[in-house]
Amino acid sequence: MTSDEARELMRSVLHPIAPEADLDEVAEGETIQEALDLDSIDFLQFVTGLAEATGLEMPERDYPQLSTVEGCVRYLTSPH
Amino acid sequence: MGDFTMPSLGADMESGKVTHWLVKPGDEVKRGDIVAVVQTEKSEIEVEIFENGTIDELVVPEGGRVPVGAVLAHITTHAPVKAPGARVSPPVPARETGPREGGRPSRQGREEPTVKPTSVHGALVESPLVRHLAERLGVDLGSLSGSGLGGCVTRADVERAASRSTKREARRERGGRPSSSPFARRLADELGVELARISGTGPAGSVIERDVRRAALAAQPEEHEVKVATAEDRQRAMQRAIGALMARSKREVPHYYLSATIDLSVAASWLEQSNLDRPVSDRLVMATLLFSATARAVKRVPEMNGFYVEGTFTPSEAVHLGVAISQRSGGLIAPAIHDADQLGLAELMARVKDLVIRARSGVLRSSEMSDSTITVTNLGDRGVESVFGVIYPPQVALVGFGRVREQPWAEGGVVSVRPCVVATLSGDHRVSDGMRGGRFLSEIERLLQEPEKL
Repeated sequence: MTSDEARELMRSVLHPIAPEADLDEVAEGETIQEALDLDSIDFLQFVTGLAEATGLEMPERDYPQLSTVEGCVRYLTSPH
Repeated sequence: MGDFTMPSLGADMESGKVTHWLVKPGDEVKRGDIVAVVQTEKSEIEVEIFENGTIDELVVPEGGRVPVGAVLAHITTHAPVKAPGARVSPPVPARETGPREGGRPSRQGREEPTVKPTSVHGALVESPLVRHLAERLGVDLGSLSGSGLGGCVTRADVERAASRSTKREARRERGGRPSSSPFARRLADELGVELARISGTGPAGSVIERDVRRAALAAQPEEHEVKVATAEDRQRAMQRAIGALMARSKREVPHYYLSATIDLSVAASWLEQSNLDRPVSDRLVMATLLFSATARAVKRVPEMNGFYVEGTFTPSEAVHLGVAISQRSGGLIAPAIHDADQLGLAELMARVKDLVIRARSGVLRSSEMSDSTITVTNLGDRGVESVFGVIYPPQVALVGFGRVREQPWAEGGVVSVRPCVVATLSGDHRVSDGMRGGRFLSEIERLLQEPEKL
């Protein structure tokens, strides 16, 4: 997966959860959850969406790696 | 012949717009069918019907906005006419409430009431007490749709119907015309509204200014449609609606507030372990445990669960847990998870996720909007330490959870760091007191110490 594809995937997963949220508004280093005002259920939905699209397991201990946009891109683009 | 009316989809709703009809004249409908989509200030709601019958006429066209209680359609009902107490078959099926996915536990098996409901005129009546009350108040049980367990007619249903017919009676006695204030009459003239066709909400059913304005608004659906078209307008309308309800709550409900800090170390480690074995789609969050504990605890303290209507509190057998959900546009909505105390954690989690998505995309069902017997708000995810909420009338309690955070915890002479949450209760002093409220919070705490049993 390229990093553009990763961002596109994140965008499409995010849409039903937070229709008005804009991924580009999340500053570097900022957590997605705080920047886009996601609660714990929203964030779990987000991770679930990514996991289902990629077939990755994404255990809870990996959540910290998924907390920022860069982290997500890195996670999604690196081989597992 | 029956009327299908604009339902009240929450105590803060004044009017609704029919955006789609899903039936047409001649269609057969049965209890629980979704027949129309109605837009309120808050969202689009799929409206269910509570009778079996045939649609005769659609009174309000698509796009029409009418006040709560206005007739939307005429229906020929299929309730057989028999003497009260006669065997009627088939019994009215239990009301379909939740999402229709498979895998949910059968409600029938678990909830069989101890007194077997008897059918009267096709309506399920829970107890002889209710029948006697109906007789005394002169209420025709067959004309009621029950709000109790499995569609049973409850005491509150009968009392509501009796007070409705008293109001109508009072109006009829004054020569078939509703009484009205001089100002309302003048206003009706100005706005070109026919007074006799308005149902009044003033004292003894009299028509007051608000009723006239509402009727005038209803008569001009197109104009109003333009008015609510922008998202900003809708948001303002919603804010107003919430504001009005909260103002009423603060005016009428003598709130008392309690809080308790609950140690979540057992729950947190159980959750972590349990999520290890679950695929991501089945994982749980702490909020689910908090909701489940609340729903189960309230069974032990029934004066927190039910409705306070016209001076009387009616406890609810079932626990329909209203969950406050941010609509992200700035609005707040608290749809119900039906029978939340009967659900396992995985099922409860699935229902919460489903509700959140539907609340945001704006498609909820009418029963979800009007049924909550107690509400829970979980503002902790937004970072606050504790939240003391405002009770949603006609409910009598609201539970709030703050942020789960680590803090020093002293126990048995030892200080350790544990994840904790502040649970709060806003209670209605007309129905309960701090003693009972405290019992409720400690029951929640107790249940959270045994997460595997939730």
